[in-house]
Amino acid sequence: MPNKILILFAHPLYEKSSANKALVKHIPDSENITFHDLYENYPEFDIDVKKEQQLLNLHDVVIWHHPMYWYSCPPLLKQWIDLVLEYGWAYGKYGLALQDKLIFQTITTGGSQENYCAEGRENHTILELLEPFKQTSKVCRMDYLPPFVVHGTHKMDEEKYEENGILYGKLLQYIENTELNVRQIHEFNYLNDWIKTVENNGK
Amino acid sequence: MENNFFLQAIIYLAAAVVCVPIAKKIGLSSILGYLFSGIIIGPFVLGFIGSEGQDLMHFAEFGVVMMLFLIGLELDPYKFWKMRRFILGMGSLQVVITSLVIFVCCSIIFDWNWQTALTISLALALSSTAIVLQTLKEKGLSQTSVGRSSFAVLLFQDIAVIPILAIIPLLVSGSNVIPDDDLHHSLISNLDGWLQTLIVVGTILAIYIGGRFLIVPLLHVVAKTRLQELFTASALLLVLSVSYLMQLVGLSPALGAFMAGVVLANSEFRHELEGDIAPFKGLLLGLFFIGVGASINFQLIIDDPAFILIFGFILTMIKFFVFLGIGKLYKKRIDQNFLFAIGLSQAGEFGFVIMSFSMQLNIIPNMLANQIMAIIAISMISTPFLLLINERLIDPYFGVKEKKTDNYDEINENNDVIIAGFGNFGSTIGRLLKNNGIPATILDMDSDRVDLLRKMGFKVYYGDATRLELLKAAGCENAKLFIAAIDNPTANLIVIELLKKHFPNLKILARARNRNDAFELVDMGLDSIYRENLYSAVHLGVDALVFMGHRRYSATRQGQHFIKHDEEAIFRLAKKRHDKKAFMISAMEEIEMQEQLFKTDLFNPVGPEDHAWESDSLRKDNSE
Repeated sequence: MPNKILILFAHPLYEKSSANKALVKHIPDSENITFHDLYENYPEFDIDVKKEQQLLNLHDVVIWHHPMYWYSCPPLLKQWIDLVLEYGWAYGKYGLALQDKLIFQTITTGGSQENYCAEGRENHTILELLEPFKQTSKVCRMDYLPPFVVHGTHKMDEEKYEENGILYGKLLQYIENTELNVRQIHEFNYLNDWIKTVENNGK
Repeated sequence: MENNFFLQAIIYLAAAVVCVPIAKKIGLSSILGYLFSGIIIGPFVLGFIGSEGQDLMHFAEFGVVMMLFLIGLELDPYKFWKMRRFILGMGSLQVVITSLVIFVCCSIIFDWNWQTALTISLALALSSTAIVLQTLKEKGLSQTSVGRSSFAVLLFQDIAVIPILAIIPLLVSGSNVIPDDDLHHSLISNLDGWLQTLIVVGTILAIYIGGRFLIVPLLHVVAKTRLQELFTASALLLVLSVSYLMQLVGLSPALGAFMAGVVLANSEFRHELEGDIAPFKGLLLGLFFIGVGASINFQLIIDDPAFILIFGFILTMIKFFVFLGIGKLYKKRIDQNFLFAIGLSQAGEFGFVIMSFSMQLNIIPNMLANQIMAIIAISMISTPFLLLINERLIDPYFGVKEKKTDNYDEINENNDVIIAGFGNFGSTIGRLLKNNGIPATILDMDSDRVDLLRKMGFKVYYGDATRLELLKAAGCENAKLFIAAIDNPTANLIVIELLKKHFPNLKILARARNRNDAFELVDMGLDSIYRENLYSAVHLGVDALVFMGHRRYSATRQGQHFIKHDEEAIFRLAKKRHDKKAFMISAMEEIEMQEQLFKTDLFNPVGPEDHAWESDSLRKDNSE
């Protein structure tokens, strides 16, 4: 049984984002993977809640794929969270729709990875900054996995963009086709590291 | 003859035009203004008019008839039925108790025979519909509980006039029977009693059925001719014929007009009819009050002032206390009750009718009847003063006043929102508002469409919104928002101009066909202008951008910026437009303007001026 993956992509200026173009380009063309471009579908923020919930029902793994803006997600994704994750459906006593689904974030940051630590410019690690998303997932009874992160996009060349894109593609393909050892995944900070380890072990 | 008529008209109109504004200026009601102008031009002051004051009264009483027609229009049968407790209860109590008290007093104090005393007490028990309703309307109290109770009582009195007029001839004692040529105006009074009843009931039914199935379709046909004056003529014809019909069968014309009004209250022509009849009503009522003023026989008062003044005073007190008691019985609050009792404390125009009728029958000596008529006139004059005293001196003692916002929606149909024009544009707005629980009063000119929409459950009224009377009837005085969405741009502009002039505080949202219309609206001082093609054109443009490969969100943002930019440009160019060098003759105008717009587009590139989510400058900073 392949895992079905839903990528909720939120980028207000995708046409100018080389990093994300490379990532999206390498998303495998599979019937089990749904790429859902939120800004293209809801330019006026009028999210179709029922349709979004049906999409979620059809998938096992959910990915919030977005650039990191001001330590958070772009506004449309926040709108999506506010509207779609309804009480009684996503959370609350009878809100069991998302129970045990896997969820993680795919994130791009302009600054480099060194900035994201207690001593660095941003004072916090990525995991700390993503805590609200983790907690949201927890309230919805989902299993929140470590993020896939592309740091330093401001200083990146084409080759590096491509490299990250290929890695993202591999990650998705692996998740789609493999029985996942979730406990093992939780031992990693970034999914980037996990997929590299898995890859090396496989060789 | 003709000269005489003109002169008469000039005297009446001049007196009204001089006196009414003065009365208004010093805070009195317009009724007092009319009454005083009547007194001044009457036989006892300037003597411009003589005894024809009486004839004038007969003519002017038609104003009362029209007023009742208008009241009927405001009151559909359902509401009428809901008020039955007040009409029958309060009304009958009042008439019976008041006439009984007056009857007993008169019998004890004066040595009149019982017939005279009864006739006089019945005549004096009735209040003045004209004065009370006009006063209530001027004070804006028509829709309050006082207004409705007063109306209920007056309505019962209007109905009661019929049996009273029927009873009086029975009081004539055998000795002084007079030939009955004069008293029987009605065609059918020579017929048997049961036949008369049958004919009366038949007439009432005919009015109901005729109104439903004859008048409304007829008005449709008239409306389709789009001739305003023809519609006015039909409205007048309607009121006149109903009154005549009622008179033929011996009922009060006022009652007939009221019934016709009730029957038509549910029709889409309601507001239009109101707008058409209202000016006539106002003018005739004014004449009526002038007539009352002119017919006061001051000679009688001078001859025996004590009798008339004391009688008038006692009469007012009796009526006041009876009403106060009834109000108490119906649990009125004290401040409300005072207003109610003082408002109805005068004798009314039906008193004149009954007096002249009994004079013909020789029930009452001429001298006494004239004195009573003087008393009635004086009591009518005193009401506005008493109300003024109540308002200034008594009412402040009672503390909290009834708020106007109380729940009277069932009768008060004035919506906060008025939509003029219910074509594609207006109906879209109406549906959106309706879906969100905001009712709107809708005015439309197309009688077929009005019919259709009414069947679909919209409250749509037929009428030409460019007429001030209709705007008033639709409730522009109390509305919060006016949406001008008429298809015809010229009509739309006229409506807005009217609104700006007469209801400067009403917020207007205006539809504009194109930029030129928008300019006109800017010149009128409007700031909420909606060009009908701007938004759809921009939406189409956005989709075109998407089709050509733009991201939908960025294209949408571009569209939003474009609308904002274009709307600002309208206000900028509207000022420039008056600069003759910048704008030439009309054909060139549009081209010129397009050019101006393109220029401003170039100077002010419409792309997002923010740099949200762009990383170029960040990258530059980092690499330095």
